[in-house]
Amino acid sequence: MNVSIAFKTIVTKEIYRFIRIWPQTLLPPAITTTLYFLIFGKLIGDRIGTINGASYMDYIVPGIILMSVISHSYANVVSSFYSTKFQRNIEELLVAPVPNWVILSGYISGGIIRGLLVGMVVALISLLFADFAVHNLAIALTTAVLTATLFSLAGFINAILAESFDDISIIPNFVLTPLSYLGGVFYSVDMLPPIWQTISMGNPILYMVNAFRYGLIGVSDIDIQLTFMITAGFIVTLTLFSLYLLHKGIGIKN
Amino acid sequence: MKALSLCNLRKTYSNGFEALKGIDLQVEVGDFFALLGPNGAGKSTAIGIISSLVTASSGSVSVFGHDLKTERDLAKSCIGLVPQEVNFNQFDTVKSIVLNQAGYYGLPRKLALQRVEYCLKQMDLWDKRDTISRRLSGGMKRRVMIARAMVHAPKLLILDEPTAGVDIEIRRSMWQLMQEVNAQGTTIILTTHYLEEAESLCRNIAIIDEGRIVEHSDMASLLARLHIEHFILDLAQPLTTAPAIDGCQIELVSDKVLNVAIPKEIGLNHLFSQLTDHNIQVMSLKNKTNRLEQLFMDLVTSK
Repeated sequence: MNVSIAFKTIVTKEIYRFIRIWPQTLLPPAITTTLYFLIFGKLIGDRIGTINGASYMDYIVPGIILMSVISHSYANVVSSFYSTKFQRNIEELLVAPVPNWVILSGYISGGIIRGLLVGMVVALISLLFADFAVHNLAIALTTAVLTATLFSLAGFINAILAESFDDISIIPNFVLTPLSYLGGVFYSVDMLPPIWQTISMGNPILYMVNAFRYGLIGVSDIDIQLTFMITAGFIVTLTLFSLYLLHKGIGIKN
Repeated sequence: MKALSLCNLRKTYSNGFEALKGIDLQVEVGDFFALLGPNGAGKSTAIGIISSLVTASSGSVSVFGHDLKTERDLAKSCIGLVPQEVNFNQFDTVKSIVLNQAGYYGLPRKLALQRVEYCLKQMDLWDKRDTISRRLSGGMKRRVMIARAMVHAPKLLILDEPTAGVDIEIRRSMWQLMQEVNAQGTTIILTTHYLEEAESLCRNIAIIDEGRIVEHSDMASLLARLHIEHFILDLAQPLTTAPAIDGCQIELVSDKVLNVAIPKEIGLNHLFSQLTDHNIQVMSLKNKTNRLEQLFMDLVTSK
């Protein structure tokens, strides 16, 4: 059994899926983020001034890019894998000799690719509004890839455990969006009262947004090494949990 | 070596329902095998376990000598499954559905494309290869699932009610197709509610009821156990009463239709000579019920 062919098949299928429905997958983030840049960055931002030495527009660009990466890597895997479960074409994979880690890595790769592609689209749009030299490309790219991986895994687990279409919208609407908005996308955590600064430290998105912001404009509220360690820790934990769910057949087998 | 061997297979679902109560089953290489049973008997659970869609509570499954637990990949590579219900992505084209399945089985691209072409042509679907699958008719969707199941050239093809809900013309063409596939050396396991289908296609049979195998033999010996056959006779002239014929039970259904129950040892010649003696002319004759259906009912209701 050549597992690389199975892996390639899943990834190709996933890419083909989100490209085929590009008006639902690639176009909306372009429109939404253009509005963010116009309203928050341009109209309101000009009145705010600078944060940590960066113009407000430059300050929010990394957060908005990463927020798009987070929501789209998550959305890709949760919707694709849940549809596969719902339409029962997961059975195509289960009857074939495809190892669980190949199923997982195939879907996660699809999520990472869509997340990064959307991130690139948003980054290109940001060039119309912001003007900064990239501070450290390696840190920015590593953060984006790790973030996309983490949220693809989270989407995968959500899809496995979901029993209805409602279940796949609860986490994005009631957990992911609030965490993203409270993750320092539009403000520095130093601007919050001490109690909220402490509470914010429990939000993993805060670390990723700051690491990505450091990579792009050289400004961060958080230690970058700590960010990588936390993100890697989450990735390992969620990977092991996903493999456990697949091994036990929870949500996909009787 | 058996194509399939099930040993003391048990399945209890989380709600406590015991779907399989320790079944043993062997299917010979090259066989066309019928697995029959009433709804809820455990057929689909057994097929689910064989095809890795259901986890067995205990027992073992061996496919062409490969244990499904210890030699999982080899065992799975031998199996092609045609499920009861359409389970492919209905937004994909026919070709991509079959091609993706080839990829899941690790077929290199060039070989995969050759196999896809071969299978789609065999299923008479090559002209539809670029059609979005949800636009296909019910019969075509079934054939897509057969093509998909055959793309990796499995040694064992499991067809779970493949002709359910399709019209008679398509059903007949699918029977022919299945016979061709079997003639090419593929072992076939068929579950069906059309007992006529099982009787005309399959050489061996198992009947499962309430999670147990209640019958496992070859079709000919099973049918030979039928002692009494029922026939419907259409008559040329109307009758007012049913004729009395030694050894047979005869009922007048309508003035020109007789229902005859005749023991096997008496034979039809005796019946017809007696009818001739009564000046009764028979225009046509047919089995009242399918022979296997009668046996099936006897087996699953004799508890």
